[in-house]
Amino acid sequence: MSENEKNVGLFVTCLVDLFRPTVAFAAVKLMEDAGCSICVPERQTCCGQPAYNSGDNEDAKAMAQMVIEEFEQFDYVVAPSGSCAAMIRVHYPELFADCPDWLTRAQNLSTKTYELLTFLSDVLHVDKVEAALDRTATYHDSCSGLRELGIKQQPRKLLDSVEGLELVEAEQAERCCGFGGTFCLKFSDISSRITDDKCDDLLKTGAQTVLGGDLGCLMNIAGRMTRRGETVEVRHIAEVLADMCDEVPPISQGKG
Amino acid sequence: MKLNAHNFKENAKKALKDNDLQASLQKLGTGFPLKRLAAMERLPEFEDLRDQARDIKDHTLRHLDFYLEQFESRVVETGGKVHWARDIKDGRKIVYEICEAVGAKTITKGKSMIGEEMAINEYLEEKGLIPIETDLGEYIIQLRNEPPSHIIAPAIHLRKSHVEEAFRKTHTELPKDRNLDAPEDLLVEARTMLRKKFIAADVGITGANFMVAETGSTVIVTNEGNGDLTQTLPRIHIVLCSIEKVVPTLEDCTTLLRVLARSATGQEQSVYTTFSTGPRGETDPDGPDEFHVVILDNGRSRMLGHDTHDMLRCIRCSACINHCPVYQSVGGHAYGSIYPGPMGSVLTPALYGLEKSCDLPNASTMCGKCEEVCPVRIPIPKMLRSWRKKQWEDGPVPTMQRLAMTWWAWWALRPKLYHRVAGWKMRIMGFMGRKSGHIKAFPLKNGWTENRDFPAPEGKTFQQRWSEKGGRRT
Ligand code: SF4
Repeated sequence: MSENEKNVGLFVTCLVDLFRPTVAFAAVKLMEDAGCSICVPERQTCCGQPAYNSGDNEDAKAMAQMVIEEFEQFDYVVAPSGSCAAMIRVHYPELFADCPDWLTRAQNLSTKTYELLTFLSDVLHVDKVEAALDRTATYHDSCSGLRELGIKQQPRKLLDSVEGLELVEAEQAERCCGFGGTFCLKFSDISSRITDDKCDDLLKTGAQTVLGGDLGCLMNIAGRMTRRGETVEVRHIAEVLADMCDEVPPISQGKG
Repeated sequence: MKLNAHNFKENAKKALKDNDLQASLQKLGTGFPLKRLAAMERLPEFEDLRDQARDIKDHTLRHLDFYLEQFESRVVETGGKVHWARDIKDGRKIVYEICEAVGAKTITKGKSMIGEEMAINEYLEEKGLIPIETDLGEYIIQLRNEPPSHIIAPAIHLRKSHVEEAFRKTHTELPKDRNLDAPEDLLVEARTMLRKKFIAADVGITGANFMVAETGSTVIVTNEGNGDLTQTLPRIHIVLCSIEKVVPTLEDCTTLLRVLARSATGQEQSVYTTFSTGPRGETDPDGPDEFHVVILDNGRSRMLGHDTHDMLRCIRCSACINHCPVYQSVGGHAYGSIYPGPMGSVLTPALYGLEKSCDLPNASTMCGKCEEVCPVRIPIPKMLRSWRKKQWEDGPVPTMQRLAMTWWAWWALRPKLYHRVAGWKMRIMGFMGRKSGHIKAFPLKNGWTENRDFPAPEGKTFQQRWSEKGGRRT
């Protein structure tokens, strides 16, 4: 690692690690191209959000402590997911509100943690990428990223520079996809009804590809789409920006 | 109404299959939200007003005892009376005693959520009195013997045909061949019936959107004008409200009114905004002989200073309900409480007990839309989470869920073992979905594959591949 490279710790997120490693490789490529050196601590699993949203603060705290210990050494911490980044940025400090030592460490980590697209746009000032995809695409704004981190223009601006890609906006791009973490398991029927509305809205655009920045939402949308027999492709935006769509089929679809 | 919140899941299942309801909800999902958006765009200072509205409510809640006492003194000075009701039982008794003292028989009612909370109609009927709802929506659901499904549009779950059916069944003087196809015909029919009741009523009961401490006034906003007739024609006017509705001054009240209608229906102002101050004065052309304000607590003072404190800022605009994807999918009755949607999922456990409404705080995707639109910036997701925390700590969490979460946490806190086992598991799942890219079902039934395919993993985990590649580690 050279001296003027930014030392970035990649928080892979559990879903990307398990289900879609290509997203993490794409994130690494995008950040390396922009002059970062990426380190991936092995001692990482989950940010603790499922526990936190289930009211299990003790376990959430234990997981948060592991993340803090492992990641506070970096200049920046980046996650290819709005909801995991928001967990660290927004909710870690809340979690340790009555525990002064950990609060300081949580706040310190919070200020240097970013979601991938905001990191590229707002910190590294990347405004174009070397990538091509001959498709019409529509972008789904995942809730946490949108409302807790203000991710809205960044992905669109970056997608604008992808050769051959035409972006069409869905009428309800900001509406929840019905995933909601454990919500989709506990209230499967309601969740899938919300997901159906989302699918209809996305399909109405006529886009060939649905893009988003959160793998949870994307797996939910893609899983419902293939269950309904739709052929629209669903992908994480990082795969497109890093020009890696050839390396892996769309989510929930076979190699074709 | 009787609380039925513990049946949320089953209620929701039914609601999802009810085609009429689904058609009504479809309209709601776009109607109110689009109108709100347009209203916001016409008022550039809307965001600042929201801050002011929040601050007014926060200030009032910090000095609640002071403003409530000030309100009481002003009401008394203007010739009215304030009654304090600790709980629903108290509230009902007070209302009945006022009615009894004047020998009332018929009572007209304007729309009041506190009335719903007290289930005042049922109580008065039990006592042999005849309460008649005069808000069109409330009137219709009263005829159908149903609870409201929305806090400002109580009959939003119904279609026109339901209304006609209810009128034909209960309006005995209505000729069978009268055409009621057009909405206007239904309106005329309702108006004809209600006019007679207004004139005959001995007591008029209304709700209050606000109580103004500096003047002792209560304020209602309506679009039909029925509230005005309810409170000016009968001899006795009873206002039902709750402790958090007080605001210090008329100026404050105006600020809140400016965000209320815009957030609710996208109107700049509701059609009627009516201030009531005391009984009819000597120079007043009309008004009631007696003016009573019943102020209900029913668990609200317990919320002060606790996790759900901020919920007391709520001005019942319904924006959070209108924008909620869960409400838009299942409607209000599924919640089994008169307060549905996000605000209800915070409020119902606070008023009726968490053990009776376990599902409600969990019935949210935590998308945050409610907080985004709330005119007084109530952090609803945060409060839902605080209920979940309480559930987790105090016990009422289904055992399987508790086990699943504890199990997940156990693994997640042992990264070495986790990565090894995850590596094997993902290989197997990747193999299972190698052709189609997804898995249709697992040996054990689960909520995911009931309704969606499970996207198959690529195969090796990222951690494995990063190690193989010799990527940088700490
Ligand atoms: S919580 Fe906020 S948005 Fe919901 S009804 Fe109350 S004031 Fe309106």
